[in-house]
Formats: sequence, structure tokens, C-alpha cells
Amino acid sequence: MRLKIEHQTTYTYDHPVPYGLQQLRLRPKSRDGQEVLSWDIDVRGGTREVTYEDEHANTVDLISFDAGQHEISIICKGEVDVTDRAGVVGRQMGFVPLWLYQRSTPLTAAGPLVRALVAQVKRADTELATLHALSAHILQAVPYSTDQAASDLTVEQALAAGHAVCQDHAHIFVSAARAMGFPARYVSGYLMMDDRVMQDASHAWAEAHVAGLGWVGFDVSNGISPDARYVRVATALDYRGAAPISGLRFGHGHESMNVSLQVQQQ
Amino acid sequence: MTNKPDYFDEMMQAGGAPRAPYADYHDWFTSEEPGRLLEKSAEAEALFRLTGITFNVYGDPGAAERLIPFDLIPRIIGGREWALVAKGIEQRVRALNAFLHDIYHRQEIIKAGRIPARMIAQNAAFLPQMIGMTPPGGIYTHIVGTDLVRTGPDEFFVLEDNARTPSGVSYMLENRETMLHMFPELFSKVKVQSVSQYPRSLRRSLGACAPKACEGRPTLAVLTPGMYNSAYYEHAFLADQMGAELVEGHDLRVVNGRVAMRTTQGYKPIDVLYRRIDDDYLDPLNFNPDSMLGVPGIIDVYRAGGITLANAPGTGIADDKAIYSYMPEIVEFYTGEKAILKNVPTHRCSEPEALKYVLDNLAELVVKEVHGSGGYGMLVGPAASKQELAAFRAKLEANPDNYIAQPTLALSTVPILTDAGLAPRHVDLRPYVLVSPGKIDITPGGLTRVALTEGSLVVNSSQGGGTKDTWVLEE
Repeated sequence: MRLKIEHQTTYTYDHPVPYGLQQLRLRPKSRDGQEVLSWDIDVRGGTREVTYEDEHANTVDLISFDAGQHEISIICKGEVDVTDRAGVVGRQMGFVPLWLYQRSTPLTAAGPLVRALVAQVKRADTELATLHALSAHILQAVPYSTDQAASDLTVEQALAAGHAVCQDHAHIFVSAARAMGFPARYVSGYLMMDDRVMQDASHAWAEAHVAGLGWVGFDVSNGISPDARYVRVATALDYRGAAPISGLRFGHGHESMNVSLQVQQQ
Repeated sequence: MTNKPDYFDEMMQAGGAPRAPYADYHDWFTSEEPGRLLEKSAEAEALFRLTGITFNVYGDPGAAERLIPFDLIPRIIGGREWALVAKGIEQRVRALNAFLHDIYHRQEIIKAGRIPARMIAQNAAFLPQMIGMTPPGGIYTHIVGTDLVRTGPDEFFVLEDNARTPSGVSYMLENRETMLHMFPELFSKVKVQSVSQYPRSLRRSLGACAPKACEGRPTLAVLTPGMYNSAYYEHAFLADQMGAELVEGHDLRVVNGRVAMRTTQGYKPIDVLYRRIDDDYLDPLNFNPDSMLGVPGIIDVYRAGGITLANAPGTGIADDKAIYSYMPEIVEFYTGEKAILKNVPTHRCSEPEALKYVLDNLAELVVKEVHGSGGYGMLVGPAASKQELAAFRAKLEANPDNYIAQPTLALSTVPILTDAGLAPRHVDLRPYVLVSPGKIDITPGGLTRVALTEGSLVVNSSQGGGTKDTWVLEE
């Protein structure tokens, strides 16, 4: 499936920003099952400083705010060819040892709620089936809701809240899968929702490493493994390492953000 | 002079004659008026106060700045003795760099089963952001301070590797300068290898590791956490001696894809940054977001090849004392040779059998924290009281992974000058090693630290140690 994506993020400030930096993890990966045909990032109100690959082979752009700007816009446009592989991404690439994906992070540290959840998951005959059972169990325990309590919830906070957005679901899956002994990681990316052109937000899901298969994706919020409508952009141990945009700025004042995202089949 | 039979005295032999490297110095010393030397000793202290060499002691707010005591009896090492040590250090430092490259890439040493994966996986100094990153010139540890102790004429042990940020080199330089100033005649009698070239060598060595982005003569800077840091004097001293800028985090920012410093003519890109800030504080965008000391985005520029950081982030894994215990395997794995310098036998308390042995023999052992440094938080069994032993036993049982234990080594002694004449005191040695592509440059000698208290084995300046000038004789 060929997907055409236009993704614009605009930050507006009530005071000009004297100096600031943003890290963008907004370039989709080209690898088995996903081919990036074209991809451009246009920055308005800022300057691209460097582009490099991080340890998870995410392509990162570091941009700086042009002095005295009230607004900065990041516009991504491109086309990606995706093949449905039933969520199977394949073997671990690069130098990151698999054990790193069993490390917990502040956002994914398993506490009593994650452990209780893990205890309730039925172990199936195969690892793959067990992970599907985990995914289904999470959705049942904390149903999807667009009503996000906060953007940086830990897994324990998300479970306590009783409902979750895709980011929380991915974190809970990653945390629980690690507690069950699987290397697991967070994925940020795009999903073409079939019923609309304008999407609400960029998407997040999880991947676990299964012996013999390699990395397999699980989208808890939608109760499936990723198919040809999913574009993988960045992977990391949690949201903080894979966030589409993370930044730091000097100066005072409020920031407001506006996102517009279109994902269409070509 | 008394000569304890259990310890190797580097100056005097059992019969009362000096050892060969000390022969000329001993002649001179015995012809000197003892009173004049004591006066010189006071003069040396005044000189140090004048030049401003002081250091801060953590956990001692009353004495924010203190002078490290200097003893004017030099520690002398023969040219041939040194050649063997230097060869051993070179081998070890080569292995360390190969190890760091491997750990951040294929991890062949783990795949080969030579060290367990958990030694890296549970190592707080392992920095995921360095995975897949090859620093400019392939060098991870640009500056190493391999701590050595001596137990006999040809018996040297490595105590720790200090691949992160070894400090103290300014004392090595000032000690020599003070000795040259006070006893110029002595240096015409005894042929001592020079150390004063160190700042030039440092500049050359760091410059040789400049990134591809560098145009022309490399621009160097020393990044300091600021004047309240215990080693601020050294940061300022080295910057001055190398002809480099001394900068703090807020002087730097990302400009045109480089890390650049503010100057009166605008921003000037830095090629090599000798940073004296810990990894965690280096970049609030990538590491500790609360750090006010670092430079946001410096790791992004680093990964993109726009700057050299010396030493590379994540080299601290090699300083871990549990990793230290694998150094003989590490040296053999990467060089194909047996380690020339010995390792102190090390019990890893994370292993149940080792822990049992350590608890059963606590009074004979030295116990250290795995990530500790500066002599803080360690137990010297033979010198500890019953209460101290009991308190440490509890700590060990509560968190065995955090400790290693070693036998108490019979550290060599070199005499110090006291009002009553010469008196032997235990010493160690920190040589300074500079690494650049294809070259390992070891300054002859290094910093000798001396435990000023009679019988004490703890030489750290923060624990009441002093320093000596270290002489390596020309062969």
C-alpha cells in the first residue's frame, strides 16, 4: 500500500524565543516491509543544524530556533510503500544488544499494577499467542479513550487512570512484556485510519522480540498487529527516546501546539 | 632510618645503602644540612599557596579549599624499571580502547563468553547513546591515569584504570617546577626525564583527534563545571598551559551544525572539547534535563561528527571495579598477549562464594564500591575498628553487587621529610597517558601520592594524602 503523508506541527509562543533546540525523530525507516519513496522536512522559523542516526537507527534532525521567533513549524511530506507482514518487522538490526530492550525506564518501570496485570495474562502455547493475549488483556483492563490525562504518564499512573491513549497502551505493553522476559520497545509512527483523511494525531504502538520471528508489532489500542496502513518512524525504549519532537528552550512564556496530519492511500 | 621488612622501601636497601636509582640523590641528601631542607620545605608550601594550587574536599564544608601537602623527597624510578611499566601501560590502554569500541559495537567479547553480558547490562556507566558511535580517530580514552602500586623491585600492580577523567596532572607539573626552582643544582647531578612537555603533548594529542568538520588548526577548549568544582584550578591551569579556551556550558551553543563559543568576533566553532564534566551533566537535551552545567545538543553534534569530546562519553564502564577484575581477560582478548602489568586479585561480591569469602576475611581485605572513587566509601580491613567492620558487613550483606574486595597490598614506601628526619610512608603512582590515532604518549613518572600518616595505606588527597615529585631517570 502506498501512503501519502503530510504532517505539520506548529508551536506558537507568546514571547519570542531567544534560543532553543528541537530534536526531530520524524523520518520513517526504510527496511523490510517499508520503503520510503520520498520524504522531506521543511522547517519554518528554525534552522536544521545536524542530521544523524541515533543508537536505535532513528534518523534525528536537530533544529535550532531562529532568534526572536514567535512561531516554528515543522512540515513533513512524503510517500511510503508498506507491505502487510502481519506485524512482523524482522530480526534486530544494528548494534543495540537485545538485553537493552529489557531495561526499564522511568516511564515504563513495572510497579504493583503492571505486575498484577502480568499475573492475569493467560500463557498460551506459543510466545506469539501469549503476547497477543497480553495485548488483548491490556485493552480490556484499560480501554482506549481520547481523553488523555497527561502526556507523560508512567505505566503505573496510566493503569490507575483506568483508560488510556495509544502512548499509554504502548508503554503498558512494553513494561508488561519486559516483566514477562521479552525484549520490547516503543514505536512512534503513522496510521491511516480508514474512515478519515485528517488524522487526530500521530500514532504509537509496541514491538516485542520473539525468538525465531524477531520483532513483532502490537497495536494495543486497535487490538491488532500493524498492517499495511502503519508507517514505522522511530523506535526506542519508551516515548522519550522515540518522541517525534522533543526540545528545550530558553526564555519565558507559554507554548501552544497545533498539529495537522493527513495520511492517505495513493 | 627504620626499614620495615614487610614493605619494599624504594630508597634504602636492608643493609643501609641506597638502591641504585637513589644513589646520586642519596649522596646529595646526606651532604645537605637537615635544617636547610626543612626550611626549603616551608618555602615549597609558601610557593604552592602563591600559585594557588588548592583543592576542595567533599564532606568538609569548613575547609572549602585546602593545600595538598607536598613532600620534597622525590620518588625516583630507574629508566629500565620505567620502560617495563610504560610498556605495560601502553598495552593496557590499547586494550581499553579496543574494549570500549567493541562494547559500543559488536560486543564480541561478550559473544565469546569472556565477560558476562550482565557486567555491561547492569553497568550504570554504559551509555546507550554511544551505541554504534565511533569517535573521531577511533579514540575513546584520550587521557588515562592508570593508578599503580608497587610491592617489589619489579612488582607493579594496576589499582584502577581511570579512563573517565583522571585529575591531578597539574600537581605533577607544579611539583616538578617547584623542585627545579628550589634545587636547581640537584637536576644537574641527577639526570631526570622531563615532564614539562605535558601540556604541549596534550594539545598535540587532542588536536590529532579533531573531527572531520575541523578546518585548519584545531580549536581546543576545556569545559569546566565552574569555579566551585574541586578541580577548577586544574581546568584553568591546563587551558592556560595548552593555549586553549576555558569555557563553561553557558558559553557554548549549537551554531551552523557545530558547537561554538561566544567570542567578541561572534561564534567560533570548537573542534576538540576537553570536558571536565561528568557524562550525566554534559547535555540536558540528551541526558539529565536538570543539568545547568552542560551544553544542550552537544551529543547530537557529536554523533553527527561535528566535535570531539575527550574523553568520549560512556568510557566510565572501564572504570567500574567489577570490570577491572576482568582486565587480564580484556588485555588478552584484544592484544593476544598476556597482560604485562598485574591486576590486584579481586573478589566480586556479586558472586555468592566470593561474598562468603569476603565476609569471613573482612579484617584482612580492602573493600571498595564498584563505582566509587577518591577513596570515599571504602573499608581498609586491617585498619578498621570492630564497629567499622560490623557496619561494613551490614552494607555488604544488604547490597553485595555494589562491592568488590581485594587483599591488602604491601604498598612500597618512599621516605618523607619529617622534623625527626626521613620516615617511610606508603605511596602509589598515577602516570598520565595520552592517546591519539597511532600514538600512545606516556609522561615519564606521573603523580606520586603519599599517605602522610605512618602506616596508612590510603593515599587519596581527600583522605589526608600528600604528593611527591616523581623522577624517572634517563637510561
